[in-house]
Amino acid sequence: MGPGGACWRGGGVPGGFKRWLSSQARAPRVCVVGSGPAGFYTAQHILKHHDLARVDIYEKLPVPFGLVRFGVAPDHPEVKNVINTFTHTARSDRCAYYGNVTVGRDVTVGELQQAYHAVVLSYGAEDNRVLGIPGENLSGVYSARAFVGWYNGLPENQDLKPDLSCETALILGHGNVALDVARILLSPLDLLRKTDITDSSLAALACSKVKRVWLVGRRGPLQVAFTIKELREMINLPGARPVLDPADFAGLGNAVKDAPRPRKRLTELMIKTASEKPGEKTVAAQVAAAAREWGLRFQRSPQEVLPTADGRRARGVRMALTQLEGSGDSAKAVPTGDVEELECGLVLSSIGYQSLPLDPAVPFDPQRGIIPNSSGRVEGAPGLYCSGWVKRGPTGVIITTMNDSFDTAQSVLEDLQAGVLDVSASREGFGAVGSILRSRGVRPVSFSDWEKIDAAEVARGKAAGKPREKIVDPEEMLQLIGH
Amino acid sequence: MAAPGPLRLLRAAAAARRWLLSASPAAGARPGRGRAAAAVAVGAARPFGLSARAALSSEDKITVHFINRDGDKLTAKGKPGDSLLDVVVDNNLDIDGFGACEGTLACSTCHLIFEDHIFEKLDAITDEEMDMLDLAYGLTETSRLGCQICLKKSMNDMTVRVPEAVADARQSIDMSKNS
Repeated sequence: MGPGGACWRGGGVPGGFKRWLSSQARAPRVCVVGSGPAGFYTAQHILKHHDLARVDIYEKLPVPFGLVRFGVAPDHPEVKNVINTFTHTARSDRCAYYGNVTVGRDVTVGELQQAYHAVVLSYGAEDNRVLGIPGENLSGVYSARAFVGWYNGLPENQDLKPDLSCETALILGHGNVALDVARILLSPLDLLRKTDITDSSLAALACSKVKRVWLVGRRGPLQVAFTIKELREMINLPGARPVLDPADFAGLGNAVKDAPRPRKRLTELMIKTASEKPGEKTVAAQVAAAAREWGLRFQRSPQEVLPTADGRRARGVRMALTQLEGSGDSAKAVPTGDVEELECGLVLSSIGYQSLPLDPAVPFDPQRGIIPNSSGRVEGAPGLYCSGWVKRGPTGVIITTMNDSFDTAQSVLEDLQAGVLDVSASREGFGAVGSILRSRGVRPVSFSDWEKIDAAEVARGKAAGKPREKIVDPEEMLQLIGH
Repeated sequence: MAAPGPLRLLRAAAAARRWLLSASPAAGARPGRGRAAAAVAVGAARPFGLSARAALSSEDKITVHFINRDGDKLTAKGKPGDSLLDVVVDNNLDIDGFGACEGTLACSTCHLIFEDHIFEKLDAITDEEMDMLDLAYGLTETSRLGCQICLKKSMNDMTVRVPEAVADARQSIDMSKNS
């Protein structure tokens, strides 16, 4: 990407050389840290609404797209269609991608701020909240995040090798990640085979003995965090029978009569499923024959993961029964004093992701796990912005992150327009950062490098009838592009 | 940032794959773009064969007005059977973030608000569309997803409104936090 390349190639661009000169002086250089949906949607919005701005996107891994590649379930290829738009953004003359660069280690935020007029932090939530209960580190206990990373080919989780030799799995949490994990554990293998799930996790799932999955939440049916699409998908999963206790839903039909539509429809779907007797179902025979089952358990708070006699593996979870104080989203689960033990050999904690501080120079609120900000403007740090999960916490679906990123981009654009961001002095952007990286022996991966990796993955998948076979070893990715 | 030509093919292929694989009759009931793509792929009957579509004169086209978030009016034409997402993509209409999942009922970014008299005559909504609409920003009584609404002659000159991205809807959905 040469300087002013777009203008020269454009030929008929009005303004010609004069405009090229002035654009060089005034082109705002923006840096985005993280190439997930937040990073790409922020870049897209800035590029679209500012004719001169140039955006460089930095990514820790060699490959782009963050949770679209490593979080979205392999059997949800539709959601991954956003990659087409991201690719279009990355191919823009005014956008560049630099993978394999860890901000905070290879280059500091301060150095980025020297090289760019504005720096947007969109690095997401790379950690998970921990249960903080005894037995959490026993074999057979995993974070749902690591499990998701494992089947989605995230390099850092490839050694997880979860033990799937038990019949009952317990997932702690009632969010969409919990449902994703339950669905992957119980899906017929033939459905997964056609997805981009990694070959090694497919092989492990083929040997899985898991046939029963309980999803356990501290609060009640009115507080579940998953969305209706994911629940309906689970209910319709071939070969798996939903086990919902009608008693859990008694009186809830009335309670949600005037609730907002999403909560009302979600609750009604649970009630309907709980009250359906197998004989009433159109696919009764199929349901009766279902070898696998799953269910929702409410008002149970995990107290301890119980070890096997040899003290090494999980054999169950002891849970405190709870009652709710208050109602709606703010209801609190308070232990009743009663406990219950549930036997299971596999425990997956899915109680939320968590952002980590990136660099001592960046303010961070450890309580809320976010960078303190106002409409994406980092508090007390002019020129620094944030978007996505690190801005608002690890919640929401793709449209949430899209709107949130557009909001941050809007703040950047406003600050450019109002002169809050001073662009009178030009910044070197990657020109400066590239030198720093070279001096530290770091070789960035370009977007065309990624396209080579992408093509190789697609070719490998083709033979197996999969959309792609992900390369899970960063070294192998780098070798492939001749690094 | 509008999608160029090759992206459209990608989209159609992706949509066709999804709907061909979809086992649920309910889910396959009335996908706009998906239906068109699937029908072409399997050679099933649809209102217009490819050649007939190509022969359509401009008089057969249907005019749609979009009121964008900033209040600007965008006017475009589409063929009968095209979804409103098709109209936006084919005409490169500049609507931020529209159609992120490319018509596969996996997001709600093509949410549009209809005039009462048009809304009343739209085909019945599926559970799957309702599920995604539940996550839409600025939901109204006459909201639908543009990818699921196919043009009919009776819609000529209709006006649809792009909802604003309302800030207070942002906290409504939780993806990963425990209850």
